[in-house]
Order: sequence, then C-alpha cells, then structure tokens
Amino acid sequence: MWLSSRELWTTIHGMGLGAGFLLLFTGTWALLWGIRSGWVTTVGIEVHRRLASTVAWLMAAFAWLTVIVGTYIPYIWYRAIPPDGADLTKFPRSYLLAHPNLAMLHSFGMEWKEHVAWLAPLLATAAAYLISRFAPRMAEDSKLRNAGLTLLTLAFAAAAVAGMLGAFLTKAAPVH
Amino acid sequence: MSSTENALTNGSAAAATLASGIGCLTMGVLTTLTEAVASVGRLLNFYNPTGNLSGKTLTTVLVWLISWAIFRARWKEKEVDFGKVFTLSLVLIGLGFLGTFPPFFDLIAG
Ligand code: HEM
Repeated sequence: MWLSSRELWTTIHGMGLGAGFLLLFTGTWALLWGIRSGWVTTVGIEVHRRLASTVAWLMAAFAWLTVIVGTYIPYIWYRAIPPDGADLTKFPRSYLLAHPNLAMLHSFGMEWKEHVAWLAPLLATAAAYLISRFAPRMAEDSKLRNAGLTLLTLAFAAAAVAGMLGAFLTKAAPVH
Repeated sequence: MSSTENALTNGSAAAATLASGIGCLTMGVLTTLTEAVASVGRLLNFYNPTGNLSGKTLTTVLVWLISWAIFRARWKEKEVDFGKVFTLSLVLIGLGFLGTFPPFFDLIAG
C-alpha cells in the first residue's frame, strides 16, 4: 500500500480526528454565539441548544480521541529508542535530536505539543457540558454564554498549537 | 426537573468551569515538575512506551474528574458568583498553558 500502517495511523490522528475537532469548533462557536433571547424565539433557542450541544459533544469526543490516539499510537513510534546503527529516519525523535538544525522541533515542538494538546479535551468537555445544560439560561445570561465561548476558544487554541506543530514535525521527520 | 431548565442554578456550570481550570493547572504543574525533579518523572512513568506522559495525563484526568465531582456536589443547588469563579478558572487555565510551555519549564528545571 502507498501508506504504511504507521503513516495511516498518524493521518487518522492528525488529519482525521484532529482536523475534525478543529472544524467542529467553528460550528459550535457560531451556534453558541447566536443563542440570545433577543435574536431567537424560545423554539429557536431549543433548536440551537440541541444542535450546539450535539456538535459540542462531538467536538469533545474528537478531542479525547485525538489525544488518546496520538499518545498511545504514533507517539510510541515517534519516541522509540533506536538500536545501535539503526536508520534514524525510522525514529523521528532521535533523528531530530541528531540534527542540530532540527533539534528544536523536538525540544520545543513535540515537548509543547504533547502537553498542551491534553488541555483541549478538558476545556472542550467543560464547554459541551455548559452548552448542553445551560443553553436556555445562556440566552439571557451573557456571563455564562461568554464563559462557554471562551472555553471553546481556549480548547481550539490548545488544539491549533498541537495541530500546527504536528504538521511541522511530520514534514521534517515523519513517523513511518 | 428538565436538564435544561432556564431557572437552573449556575452552581454546576461553575463547578465544571473551575474543574477544567484545576485540570489544566494540574497538567501544567506535572509537566514542569517532571522536568525539574527526575524522581517525579520516574514515578509518573506508568507505561514505558509513552514514558511519563502516561502518568501526567492519567493523573490530570483523575484530578479533573474528582474536583468536578466535589465542586458539583457542593454547588449544584446553589447560585454562585459565576464571574469570580470564571476569573479564577481563567487564571488556572493560563497557569496550565504556561506550565506546558517548554521555555518556561526549562527555565524552572534550570
Ligand atoms: C488536539 C490535539 C492534537 C491535534 C489537533 C494534533 C494534530 C496533529 C497533526 C495535524 C499531525 C500531522 C499529521 C499528518 O500530517 O499526517 C500530527 C502528528 C503527530 N501527532 Fe498530533 N495532534 C494532537 C495531539 C497529539 C498528542 C497529545 C500527541 C502525543 C503525545 C500527538 C502525537 C503526534 C505524533 C507523534 C505525530 C507525528 C509526528 C511525526 O510525524 O514526526 N498529537 N498531530
């Protein structure tokens, strides 16, 4: 096959689950932004709530799957210790550290990505919970609605950093 | 009571928000701590192939869920000052982001 199973898993992790999360963010944010009593009727609020909470829980599930798959599948291959004399291109972490001009991609890039990414599912889950339980109140209570929007945005920020760094790492030293 | 009643007290929203802050802070603190103190790094190495990331993340998830359950039990029937809880949560989340930032934890680890 033109993709090895390692490349396939990395793609599922990054371009399937990770990109799915980032896309769902936009929809959730826009739906939540529109939950305002002056803008929509009571029926409209309920329709918005249902849609927004479905999308928000989906987004949280994608965030969890992205970090769990990332940590327990490609990351294991990424950080494996090469035996003596091995071809380092099969061991991305060691490959990057062996090249002074690329070492930053591990010591800054992967070190930040693997940690900051895990903030995304916590924040996305809190946002999904707020939306699914409190949307009608959010229509009146701007503090609550803004909290939901902020949690969503922070979850997105954490995932965007992780995704961007993942793309750079895959370009310089792909898992394969 | 309907799960989305308008009159729902805001206590459980505050509990979920604060717990997310506590979870983020935990991840930040554990990340910095494992860099600074080698024995903590070894202690959190729950699963060798992923190294101590396994322990940092599992501990974070547990602390997050337990703190959520505790605050929810205390606040679910109450109306709390959501603005205050949210501000505190943002500070904790900010510290969590900071703790995962390599130039910061490298500085602390020396
Ligand atoms: C929300 C969180 C995350 C997002 C959005 C994300 C996104 C991505 C993306 C877009 C790629 C590039 C995939 C490709 O081009 O095929 C990637 C690669 C990768 N990610 Fe993630 N990721 C996240 C979290 C994580 C976590 C928590 C880990 C593990 C600790 C991880 C480990 C990896 C690894 C090992 C690679 C491959 C790097 C290489 O090829 O050298 N990711 N990620």
